[in-house]
Amino acid sequence: MTIRRILGIETEYGVTCVVDGQRRLSPDEVARYLFRRVVAWGRSSNVFLPNGGRLYLDVGSHPEYATAECDSLSDLIAQDQAGDRIIEDLVIEAETRLNNEGTLGQIHIFKNNTDSVGNSYGCHENYSIQRKNDFESIVQHLVPFLITRQIFTGAGKWTRTSKEGFFQISQRAEHMWESISSATTRSRPIINTRDEPHADPELYRRLHVIVGDSNMSQCTTALKVVITELVLQVLENPSNNIDIQIDNPIRAIRDISTDLDFKRLIKLTNGKEFTALQIQKEYFSAVAKLPDLSEILKKPLYSYAFDLWKRSIESFEKMDFTTVELELDWIIKKNYIEQYKRKHNVSDLDSKLELLDISYHNIRRDRGIFYILENSGLVKSLIKEQEIAWAQNNPPATTRAALRGKFIKEAQEKKRDFTVDWVHLKINDQNQKTVVCQDPFLSVDKRVDDLIASL
Amino acid sequence: MSNQIFGKGPGDKPETSETMKAFSKPNTKGIDSILDEIDSVLEKNAEEFVKGFIQKGGQ
Repeated sequence: MTIRRILGIETEYGVTCVVDGQRRLSPDEVARYLFRRVVAWGRSSNVFLPNGGRLYLDVGSHPEYATAECDSLSDLIAQDQAGDRIIEDLVIEAETRLNNEGTLGQIHIFKNNTDSVGNSYGCHENYSIQRKNDFESIVQHLVPFLITRQIFTGAGKWTRTSKEGFFQISQRAEHMWESISSATTRSRPIINTRDEPHADPELYRRLHVIVGDSNMSQCTTALKVVITELVLQVLENPSNNIDIQIDNPIRAIRDISTDLDFKRLIKLTNGKEFTALQIQKEYFSAVAKLPDLSEILKKPLYSYAFDLWKRSIESFEKMDFTTVELELDWIIKKNYIEQYKRKHNVSDLDSKLELLDISYHNIRRDRGIFYILENSGLVKSLIKEQEIAWAQNNPPATTRAALRGKFIKEAQEKKRDFTVDWVHLKINDQNQKTVVCQDPFLSVDKRVDDLIASL
Repeated sequence: MSNQIFGKGPGDKPETSETMKAFSKPNTKGIDSILDEIDSVLEKNAEEFVKGFIQKGGQ
């Protein structure tokens, strides 16, 4: 029997407001403008939305969107894309208001992970794990997979120092400082172990992966989540025989990000040396041996993502990326940057190349390079525009998010004051009626129906 | 205020992509015209823009 799992993605966005390239407003000011409509709607800059997701201003004035709990990949991708659209709407509205108030400027929001001076913000993945599993062992064996996963799932980055400019695979690699810890900003780990299950703690844990890049491509997002979930499936079986430990994980993650030949050897604790690609192949073989693999791959988009993993490994071995060049973010990005460089004869030290990188991540569809490529047939998609539009205002139907979304919609319509978080639904009146939803897989609950009926 | 501030109205739930595989729009433009299109959305003052793109660190 295949395990149902809750999946979620949290994205922090970078913001700026410029006139002729010059910064016009600070990120704090831009964020305040952006969230004015959110505050008017939910009386807070930290709200849960009718689609079950959460929208808020995070550490450092980054708008952050967390998808609702999803138990299917198509829902997850739709909910993730819906976040971009919700924020795009806020940007367009805020920019219009700004200009009407006499402040000329363009607001840009980037779904990327680094600014120009070395600050980083994240894209976090959440995977539910049953509490009875050996969390420590899973996490330990997952780290080498996550360190090497970037060769397929990195978003790509044009990096410039005072002496040189070069392309690297991952946005986040340079910003990771530990393998496993409960810190987030001070000493950023690959996996954050803070134990916040947002569910019955006796049954569930939430694996919080913070090493990933923000992906623009739906295909790369699908790949990132599916292969991680498949590897988790392997590691959850204590008899799995993967035994790879990287000697110096933080050095390895940086080395791999800058090795575009995929030949660099990574030292393991057992004395052996593997390339990142070889390490990925070890995990791939283990997944291929999962007894219930064919059952798992029946889930929508899973066989696509598994096949993309396989094609990626094959194409990297041959150093011929043509079979994946419309699906992997960093390859898509590297291709147009190189073509642009050639056409305009741009020097490696020209800031135009950094601009070309950053602008890939602009989530306004009339300004972002990703969308130009999408409209030109140079990137592939997995879900239709109508599904994204639906997900902006509707929760996934098969998880707890359905209850939350329905409650929020009804309470808003009836103009009732309410408080909601991942687990609680509460009406703020004399009775303070509250329903605690501890099971993230439960999408139908009479207690919630009764609560809604009492609104 | 209406819930619709976060979406495009209720409508019916669209069918989930039945093909369940990746698709792309037809590639009809030449790379030159695509690069021109990219040029047209880029901030004109790259140096200034890049210099000013400073965020506080996040998580």
